[in-house]
Amino acid sequence: MSGAPSPAPLAAGTAVQVRTGAPLTHCRTPQYLRGKRGVVLRALGRYPNPEELAYHRPGMPPLTLYQVEFDAAEVWGERLHEAPYRITADIFEHWLEPAGLPAAAAHDMGASHGRA
Amino acid sequence: MAVHDHGDHVHPDHEGHAVHDAHAPVDDLDHYQPESLLMEQALRELLIEQGVFSAEDIQRQIDLTESRTPALGARIIARAWVDPAFRAALLEDAKPALGGAFELDLANTPELTVLENTEGLHHVVCCTLCSCYPRNILGIPPAWYKSREYRSRVVIEPRSVLKEFGTELPSQREIRVVDSTADMRYLVIPLRPAGTEGWDEERLSALVTRDSMIGVSQALAP
Repeated sequence: MSGAPSPAPLAAGTAVQVRTGAPLTHCRTPQYLRGKRGVVLRALGRYPNPEELAYHRPGMPPLTLYQVEFDAAEVWGERLHEAPYRITADIFEHWLEPAGLPAAAAHDMGASHGRA
Repeated sequence: MAVHDHGDHVHPDHEGHAVHDAHAPVDDLDHYQPESLLMEQALRELLIEQGVFSAEDIQRQIDLTESRTPALGARIIARAWVDPAFRAALLEDAKPALGGAFELDLANTPELTVLENTEGLHHVVCCTLCSCYPRNILGIPPAWYKSREYRSRVVIEPRSVLKEFGTELPSQREIRVVDSTADMRYLVIPLRPAGTEGWDEERLSALVTRDSMIGVSQALAP
């Protein structure tokens, strides 16, 4: 599995970017938020990795889950047709990386991630 | 298979399964698949036969789920409106606060976070990936909550969706759409309606609707 669990949870306010990629296997990171930049609202605790649990594996060690907040303008770009608002989603640590990386350096989770 | 003719369309007759919620502002496109019912039945019978669990276990779980209804949620919200210490505890760490005040056994249920609507910020909850919902408090989610339309539209045009629920928020009130994508469930404390000063919990709880705890509506006006 890529992305080793981080030793301490990210602090509230940390700028993050959701990783890109389109695994064919089960994951809990919504497609519409992949590659988008947001801010950590808070850490929600550690949970077994759902990408492993889905295939009857233990999902250990548990991963930190974060509530991450996004501006609608960042998420939808030119498709946004309402007054600004915010979206939060709960994203596991291995799907997050520091914000502000150039596109070429951003880590792609790839299409084979999570497969045995 | 028997079908009902609805004039403009037909859909399978499946007793007891209301595909259309009269309250829903949008059509539910996810039509019920009878094959999945057969599959569930076969799997359940096999698991019982293999001793993984008993029919009684299933019935107990159904009873527990059905004991959780929006009426319970309404009592919790009314308490939060009148008791600042309880509200603070609820916002800080919901499950222990509820375990203490309402004697709910939430031990084997998903984590829960309670969000407070204010004059400045309105929360509306969804699950774009499936149908995550605070069942441990509110019970079975409404059909529209699981519909593809609600799930896909509320994250891209929340004000339009809220308007279809009859909810028009002041333009300066910020909206935060809360997509419950993983292990955490979310319950909203709606704004306490004006004109309810001095009301007791029981009277207040009648103003708290299921939809106001999801955030598509506000609490009823007195």
